[in-house]
Amino acid sequence: MAAGERSWEEIRKDFPVLDQEVNGRKLIYFDNAATSQKPLSVIEAMTCYYEHDNANVHRGLHELSNRATAGYEGARARLAAYIGAQEEEIIFTRGTTESINLVARAWGEEYLKAGDVVLLTEMEHHSNIVPWQMLAQRRGVKLRFIPITPEGTLDLTNLDQLLEGVKLFSFVHISNSLGTINPAAELVRRAKAAGATVLVDAAQSAGHLPLDVKELGCDFLALSGHKMCGPTGIGLLYGRREILDAMPPFHGGGEMISTVTFEGSQYKPSPYRFEAGTPAIAEAIGLAAAAEYIDGIGRARIWEHDQLLAREGLAVLSQIPGIRILGPLDHRAGLVAFTLQSAHAHDVVSMADQEGLALRGGHHCTQPLLRKLGVPASSRASFAFYNTIEEIHRMGEILKKVQAFFA
Amino acid sequence: MNLEELYQEVILDHSKRPRNFGPLPDATVTVRGDNPSCGDEIELSLKLNGDQIEDVKFTGQGCAICMASASLLTLKVKKKDKAQAETLLTGFKDMLTAPEAPESNEALGDLQIFSAVRRFPQRVKCATLSWRALEQALEAHAGSVTTEEPAS
Ligand SMILES: Cc1ncc(COP(=O)(O)O)c(C=O)c1O
Repeated sequence: MAAGERSWEEIRKDFPVLDQEVNGRKLIYFDNAATSQKPLSVIEAMTCYYEHDNANVHRGLHELSNRATAGYEGARARLAAYIGAQEEEIIFTRGTTESINLVARAWGEEYLKAGDVVLLTEMEHHSNIVPWQMLAQRRGVKLRFIPITPEGTLDLTNLDQLLEGVKLFSFVHISNSLGTINPAAELVRRAKAAGATVLVDAAQSAGHLPLDVKELGCDFLALSGHKMCGPTGIGLLYGRREILDAMPPFHGGGEMISTVTFEGSQYKPSPYRFEAGTPAIAEAIGLAAAAEYIDGIGRARIWEHDQLLAREGLAVLSQIPGIRILGPLDHRAGLVAFTLQSAHAHDVVSMADQEGLALRGGHHCTQPLLRKLGVPASSRASFAFYNTIEEIHRMGEILKKVQAFFA
Repeated sequence: MNLEELYQEVILDHSKRPRNFGPLPDATVTVRGDNPSCGDEIELSLKLNGDQIEDVKFTGQGCAICMASASLLTLKVKKKDKAQAETLLTGFKDMLTAPEAPESNEALGDLQIFSAVRRFPQRVKCATLSWRALEQALEAHAGSVTTEEPAS
């Protein structure tokens, strides 16, 4: 810890929800990949907005509307800074899922035609598969998948071939099931060189490591606020300015038009063209507070701590008899999915819950991936910077007990 | 009863050594049940002779609650007639899913142990999967059932 830095112990106290008992035991929240907890500053930013400034944005001429607009647009600027983008390149959405659907609909339907190839990977979340399958049904585009190696990394041996004729390449930065950290900058560079437009799913990376879209060089990037200490119901799509300026709208309605006549409408420039209707104002303000909070700690420092938790988590889990750990054994993010020989994931998660330990069990919205791995369901422990080494050790004890119980 | 007790009482025994587990070559109806949210998959086969369930077996894989429930189901409905099986089925489903927990139902016997699953809503699907398969099999419809509601 450098001089002037707050300790992790102190930082943990910013999260009121962590201080409670569940089933009579101290809560250990290890379901951070599903959604992270929220610090007081985020909760207070949203409460403060509702208590003092609430109004609709962009439409009122009155003071409160001015304040709401300033808060909302200020949030856009804050998020732009968070990922190294310009304000005009930030579209607020409900989250990663909506962001990807926006690209599939607005960009995909405009620029892709029958026979065009969309390249994905075998480790995608359903939200980066289903929208493309829907587009394939409507437009006849072809889907292609980069396979994974037995270790759970992308098999890039034939990447050049796989990239042939690809119009869009969309891939996950950090896998929510395997913990794999994909070489995003390299993948973007090679796909761009092959002439593809590139979308990065940053749902699992945005709250954990420094991200700069200009450095990555991607055309689109999607993230969810609720996985980075922000509220649910808000996320964003970054789109490179030239692309957004040329792209047709997504939803139609108020806020996204400049003039409407009965005969037709003129659309606003981006990003407003893509934000029809009253947006999630308080949520945007909460998300900006989350970005501020995370950068207050520092993403480089958070990532370093994540790595510590990841290594310890892996070491502790490896001690459990009959465990199979999914994904790579090194260079991975702070989440570990596993199966136990003796117990099904649902039983593991239910028993862990009895001990106050919150894990996720199931397919983690990556059914095709788990099927390929031959795993019907897995349990997953996913860490955040407010988690501790002691919690990881306690998890080890609990899981050993569960393992013995079912053995 | 807490979950550990629930497991201990009967579920562990039946999930580790499921009864009537295996294929039923002379089945008259087979229904596949799956629970996509967690990967439970079972196949329930009945040999019906008129209204009589002469034999019943299941195969598949799933969590302990799912496997134990299927195992107990086979013990309960074997050699029963359809009407008796339907009564059990209704009793079992009500025990887990009726808005008000019913009074204890003696007819369910061992199955009453599953009433504790009520308090774990995520696990109700696991306990009822084989019963949903039975429901369909009794209507003599081979096919499949899922815990997810299909879009209509
Ligand atoms: C890698 C990845 N992509 C996309 C999503 C979808 O995010 P959301 O449900 O917030 O839209 C998730 C969330 O689980 C995820 O882990």
